[in-house]
Amino acid sequence: MYTNRAAGLAYVSPFLIGLALFLLFPFLASLGLSFTDYRLQDRWSDAHFVGASNYVEMLADVTFRKSLWTTLVYVLLTVPLKLAFALFIAFVLNFKLRGINFFRTAYYLPSILGGSVAIAVVWRYVYAGDGLINQALTLAGFATVNWLGDPSTALLTIILLRLWQFGSAMVVFLAGLQGIPQDLYEAAKLDGAGPWRTFSRVTLPLLTPVVFFNFIMQSVQAFQEFNGPYVVTGGGPIKSTYLLPLMIYEEAFKYFEVGYASAISWFLFVLIGVITAIAFRSQRYWVFYAQDRERAP
Amino acid sequence: MRVVAPSAPVVLRERAPASLARLRTHLGPALRYSVLIALGFLMLYPLLWMIAGALKPNHEIFSGIGLIPQAPTVEGVAKGWKTSTEYTFSTYFSNTFRIVVPKVILTVISSVLVAFGFARFHLPGRRLLFGLLIATVLLPKSVLLIPQYLMFRELGWLDTFLPLYVPSAFATEGFFVFLVVQFMRSFPPEMEEAAVIDGCNSLQVLWHIVVPVIMPAIISVALFQFMWSMNDFLGPLLYLSSVGNYPISLALKISIDVTEATAWNEVLAMSTLALLPSVLVFFFAQRYFIEGVTLGSVKG
Repeated sequence: MYTNRAAGLAYVSPFLIGLALFLLFPFLASLGLSFTDYRLQDRWSDAHFVGASNYVEMLADVTFRKSLWTTLVYVLLTVPLKLAFALFIAFVLNFKLRGINFFRTAYYLPSILGGSVAIAVVWRYVYAGDGLINQALTLAGFATVNWLGDPSTALLTIILLRLWQFGSAMVVFLAGLQGIPQDLYEAAKLDGAGPWRTFSRVTLPLLTPVVFFNFIMQSVQAFQEFNGPYVVTGGGPIKSTYLLPLMIYEEAFKYFEVGYASAISWFLFVLIGVITAIAFRSQRYWVFYAQDRERAP
Repeated sequence: MRVVAPSAPVVLRERAPASLARLRTHLGPALRYSVLIALGFLMLYPLLWMIAGALKPNHEIFSGIGLIPQAPTVEGVAKGWKTSTEYTFSTYFSNTFRIVVPKVILTVISSVLVAFGFARFHLPGRRLLFGLLIATVLLPKSVLLIPQYLMFRELGWLDTFLPLYVPSAFATEGFFVFLVVQFMRSFPPEMEEAAVIDGCNSLQVLWHIVVPVIMPAIISVALFQFMWSMNDFLGPLLYLSSVGNYPISLALKISIDVTEATAWNEVLAMSTLALLPSVLVFFFAQRYFIEGVTLGSVKG
């Protein structure tokens, strides 16, 4: 609208400064640090260039390998389950039910509060030895489970904590569902399509852009999970919930291995980048954009 | 007689499918409501249990999963508020707000200014810059954490609130800028053009015409940033070292480390109070949250 370029630049200048100072510079600095042996309390003059040795050490490090594996398991379980659950509930809520706003609020509330430490604290008590879940199990006549102390169930409590917060994905799905034109459903009905066919041939294809959006956002978020393992399980027992962000934090700020932690953080960045790039590339095989159809000859 | 006789089976035959259809129309919603209510109850139970636990004597938390306290007491609240540290929760609450309030204000101002630049001006390299803005949303923060920490250390900002809110003055959270840009673009610029012809400069246009129109987006930004910075844990954990500077999130973490085995009611009481501002804000303004989420995704 306005042609005054100088004024336009002035308006976006906070972002340009912020981008350079707080994003691009740290981004490149962490790459640089990953090739040094810098330790947190060292003077800068004590840092040495060590080539790729941090990366070599990382790939051989049993703790890192386990942490990477745990992170992948965590993301691969949390994201699909969360999306499926969010889509299912959004689908049910999309019927013209009375009180839909009430349910939407109730289901959305955990997502809004979920990042809070207070919730992680409550979660720890819910799954504790004499906590809510075990008391309920006892009442129902089942044996109690050492949720947080057993390496095979500890990660599950973190996954459940994040599944519990399906609300934000659900709200996005709900908006997507409400954006599907009614006449398409009527046309499907006229053509004799049953509920399942209508869902798989009309609803789902038109919803793929929203599925894609939710998948990207939830994956990027899941790869950065920190509060859950830090507060609920402390990364244990025997590192069974030691996700990569927690490992980066501890390497840098507990063991002061800044160079090593930077190498891990760059590994995580590349991992997320590759997955995001594959997802963006794969769009043309499964994501349906309405304007493509209109543009096609 | 002859007329009635054949009509009876007809009525019967018609009735059967009618009642079946009625059953189906009633059963569908009934089933859906049952699922929705059961699930909602299950989901909100931990929160209700937390609130109930805050008002129970400690032994009662371990002796039953019911919600109604048998012997309601505010002992947990009173003791929890005092904490095992030399400070009370009033210090932690005031620290929280001394971080959150400047952060929200700076975020709103910087996001609106930058969004106005992107939405209404022809900039050199605009597509690239906007692409970078979107990329910041997807950039994992853990890759920036260590150098940012070292940077603020060199500036002498450790153990102050500055590292927690100063970056917000520079529109570093692309999500908010994106949200405001999307909202601005949904309005045609005719009004603004008319104001320019009448001799308004761009800042006057922004303040008098754009800001009132995009108020819903501004409220969404403020609310999301309020929630997110109330919940922020890693930032304070990194930058604040003296207990006197701790916000609620860190205070809660030390309270479980100290009173782990014993005073659950105190911890649950403080967790409840910690969530109270967010819950209140959410209930009064949930429309803006839902608008914000959908604006940032579906229309984008």
